Amino acid sequence: MLTKRASLKLATALAALMVAGSAHAAEKLRLLTWSGYAPQEVIDQFTKETGIEVEVTTSNNEEMISKLRATQGAGFDLAQPSQDRIAGPQAEFGIYKPLDMSKLKSDQFIGSMLEATKKNTTVDGKVYGVPHIWGTDGLVVNTKAAPKVADYNDLCDPALAGKTSFRAKRPALIAFAFANGMDPFAAYSDPKAYAAMMDKVGAKLAECKKNVKFFWEGSDQLLNAVRSGEIVAAMAWDTGGWKLNAENPDMKFIAPKSGALGWVDTFAIPSKGRNDDAAYKWINFNMRPEIAAKVAAAAGNFTASNGADKLMQGKLKDQFAESFPKAAIDNIRWYPAVPAGLEEIEGKVLDRLKAGS
Amino acid sequence: MTAKPAQRLTLFLLLAPAVLWLGLLIVLPHVEILVLSFSERVAPRVYAFGLGNYLEFFTEPLYWRTFARTAFMSILVTALTLVLAFPIALYIARVAQGRLKAMLLLLCLLPFWVSELVRTLGWMILLRETGVISYVLLATGLTEQRVEFLYNDGAVILGLVYGGLLFMIVPLANALESLEPAIVEAGYDLGGSRWTVLRRIVIPHAMPGIVAGSIIVFMLTIGNFATPVLLGGKNGLWFTEQIYAQFITRFNWPQGAAFGMLLLLLSSAIVWLGLRLTGQSLGTTLKQA
Amino acid sequence: MASSTDLDIVNVTKRFGAHAAVDDVSFSVAPGEFFSILGPSGCGKTTLMRMIAGFEHPTSGDIRIRGQSMLGVPANKRPVNMVFQSLALFPMMSVGENVAYGLTCRGVSRAEAEERASRMLDRVGLKGFGERRVTALSGGQRQRVAIARCLVLEPTLVLLDEPLGALDLKLREHMKIELKQLQGTFNTTFAYITHDQSEALVMSDRIAVMNQGRFEQVGSPRELYHNPETPFVASFVGETNRWQGEAAPASGGAIAVRLPSGAVVQGQGRAASGALAFVRPEAVALAQDPASLSTLPNRFEGRVSAVLFDGAASSLLIDTAGFEQPVRAVLPQAGPLAGIHVGAPVHLGWTADAMKVFAA
Repeated sequence: MLTKRASLKLATALAALMVAGSAHAAEKLRLLTWSGYAPQEVIDQFTKETGIEVEVTTSNNEEMISKLRATQGAGFDLAQPSQDRIAGPQAEFGIYKPLDMSKLKSDQFIGSMLEATKKNTTVDGKVYGVPHIWGTDGLVVNTKAAPKVADYNDLCDPALAGKTSFRAKRPALIAFAFANGMDPFAAYSDPKAYAAMMDKVGAKLAECKKNVKFFWEGSDQLLNAVRSGEIVAAMAWDTGGWKLNAENPDMKFIAPKSGALGWVDTFAIPSKGRNDDAAYKWINFNMRPEIAAKVAAAAGNFTASNGADKLMQGKLKDQFAESFPKAAIDNIRWYPAVPAGLEEIEGKVLDRLKAGS
Repeated sequence: MTAKPAQRLTLFLLLAPAVLWLGLLIVLPHVEILVLSFSERVAPRVYAFGLGNYLEFFTEPLYWRTFARTAFMSILVTALTLVLAFPIALYIARVAQGRLKAMLLLLCLLPFWVSELVRTLGWMILLRETGVISYVLLATGLTEQRVEFLYNDGAVILGLVYGGLLFMIVPLANALESLEPAIVEAGYDLGGSRWTVLRRIVIPHAMPGIVAGSIIVFMLTIGNFATPVLLGGKNGLWFTEQIYAQFITRFNWPQGAAFGMLLLLLSSAIVWLGLRLTGQSLGTTLKQA
Repeated sequence: MASSTDLDIVNVTKRFGAHAAVDDVSFSVAPGEFFSILGPSGCGKTTLMRMIAGFEHPTSGDIRIRGQSMLGVPANKRPVNMVFQSLALFPMMSVGENVAYGLTCRGVSRAEAEERASRMLDRVGLKGFGERRVTALSGGQRQRVAIARCLVLEPTLVLLDEPLGALDLKLREHMKIELKQLQGTFNTTFAYITHDQSEALVMSDRIAVMNQGRFEQVGSPRELYHNPETPFVASFVGETNRWQGEAAPASGGAIAVRLPSGAVVQGQGRAASGALAFVRPEAVALAQDPASLSTLPNRFEGRVSAVLFDGAASSLLIDTAGFEQPVRAVLPQAGPLAGIHVGAPVHLGWTADAMKVFAA
């Protein structure tokens, strides 16, 4: 009901108010991030070093934007949206403030990744994000039950009817566009061409839909279904694939032929954040190789910290090497910034996909 | 002379929490949503007044079809809940006595001690392909392969009916309890069959309860979110999912607000129509509930 | 098989656990008869009636209507209709629908049912009330609807379960007469249960007095009143004076009862040792002059302790030597004693025939 939604919104606002109200006790950093990105061990060490307490709220891209939008950028001192989801919402809602690069130790970042992220998160000549954690979207495959799966289109193979899955979200649209010979990123600047392309992808997915058991929503739901054998192949994050691989070597994360989709989660400072100093301290602290290695291990992903890979555990490295031969790394498709308005086009295609029968 | 303003002040102070509660939590958000629903995005950070968001609902078949589907399924769920709840309520109200009656009501209440999410997850454990029911069917040899019961409209209806049952049983049992036993006996005594007594005496008597329960279940169902999302298939989209999508994944608040208002208006219209068709007034119904 | 009776109750017993609510009761009701079952609450009369209607089933015995056993026949198939204590009119229907309900249950077409219902309403004096809500009727009108609802079905037997209980006194008096008249006009057999002896006495052709699941006596109102067969009937039906004492021999077929005070009264009846004696207030003769009572075997002297004025039903309470409780007598409406006051001395007496004696 309406009241439910309205009260949800109000509750969010109230929660933000309460957080704001209790903030002036000790110095505090209010962090809006993904689960696994701020392990307790790392927080404790930070507090010990700086005396700043860290208050963690876990979320995802869409909710981060919605939360910050509801308060017009207040309630949090540091957020971690993906690099492609900064420029659009910033232009639309103005929820972040520009970063002062002089306060960051640039040499702690992998240079190329920092530059690419800065470029993608620049609005009106100002930089809004720096990279933190990165990973890919690809295929999680039970290689015993579905040995032939090598690209996104294989999820639509009738031989696997009722045993595949993907998320009904924008990565699926992008992935299937690439898999079917289109280049969605090139069409980003031309909404008309992009809409036409998405319609085509939508038609392809609608056809594929009967093959899909469900559109997965949470990664636990998917992983459980793969473990139980209900799902044998799915489009999913690399970290999930490697988690399964550690339990059962038959389960693998495969970089698809048409390219894995590369994402980078960033640090960005909300426009009404009240403790920028603490935010910069947290970023610099996190990009130290030994800290970054800990965080990366906890998240099961890779870090943009320069030198941290040398400190990473062997297992994840081996898994990465198996999933990504040299050619596959070169083939990773890094998301460019999403221009405002494209989500509208994608949303309708996805709604039709879900609503149609 | 001073007594009156003082009294008035006392009254005001006493009423203040209720007024604030109503105002802040119910009226204000609705007004805000209403205002929001009439704004259209012109350019980044520039909005203008317009009816575009409402037009979008009626011109884009996707949206009104989703609404029609949601409304139809909600009516179906309400009807099924009624059919299931009626005998239970009849038993609780007319047959069960004392401790048994309290226990039966408690039994109906029990599932509501856990959150809707947990209840729904419970259904998922039962219905999934590797779940309990599928396992039992396979183990007893009734089926040769595992069967998937989840992710279809049937599962959604099951979950929603389960969630609505209590809200139907309580007003129904209330209404049925007030039926004098002698009136039922008179119905038989004058030659009525079971069916005649049910149709001409019990059901008309329970009508306010039926209507009250149906309104509650219908509104709860059409506004439900978790159950259709979790149990629903890849084919079913509940209207609340559309609203969620507009607000959270599309960042299109005005469109979401318009959908919200439309949900409120259209579901109210359906309730009004239902009241008209059954010849009940909202006043007597609310009394029953 | 033709039967000369409408209702036969044959050795019916109904047990609830160890308790026998109805204990081996038998009786018959003739066509057109107004038959009442009179008893205090909890005596089993309601259970008996509910068995006849078909809502309860006898533990043993048989219930026959026009010679047909009703055992195993459900309530809605019996040629018996009931007027409930609460009347149980259907509030969700109009007056006309209430009356037509039974007809439509029998498959009579709607038009004909309505027609017959409206004719029935005419006959019970509710012409033009068909469209009204039952909640808009007065108590007496509701009563008539309840009866019309049964009579329209032309049942063999109408059962009435204290239908006048909820009415105020004036209306109750009026309805007693009306009921009796209705029963006469329709010539339908009525079985009426009540705890109010006045209702039973006024309306009934025959009355069964029921106590603790059993019939004490069945007879006409007069028989019950004047010749009660048991002490229960004697005390339950009509007003009476009741004394307890020891039986003592007496002459001339009479029996003497010695009261605890030593006073001896003479009456008719049988008792070995403990005895109960009953005298109706109207059988107590009063006089200022003891000589006018000299022919009576029971003569006493007393003083008026209370005047209970109630029009024709007025009575006196007289503190009498030898009696623990005041003796009740009818207040004379004329003559020298009509204006008697509290405290006035008075002589009282009664015949041996007027006093019924039973073994205690």
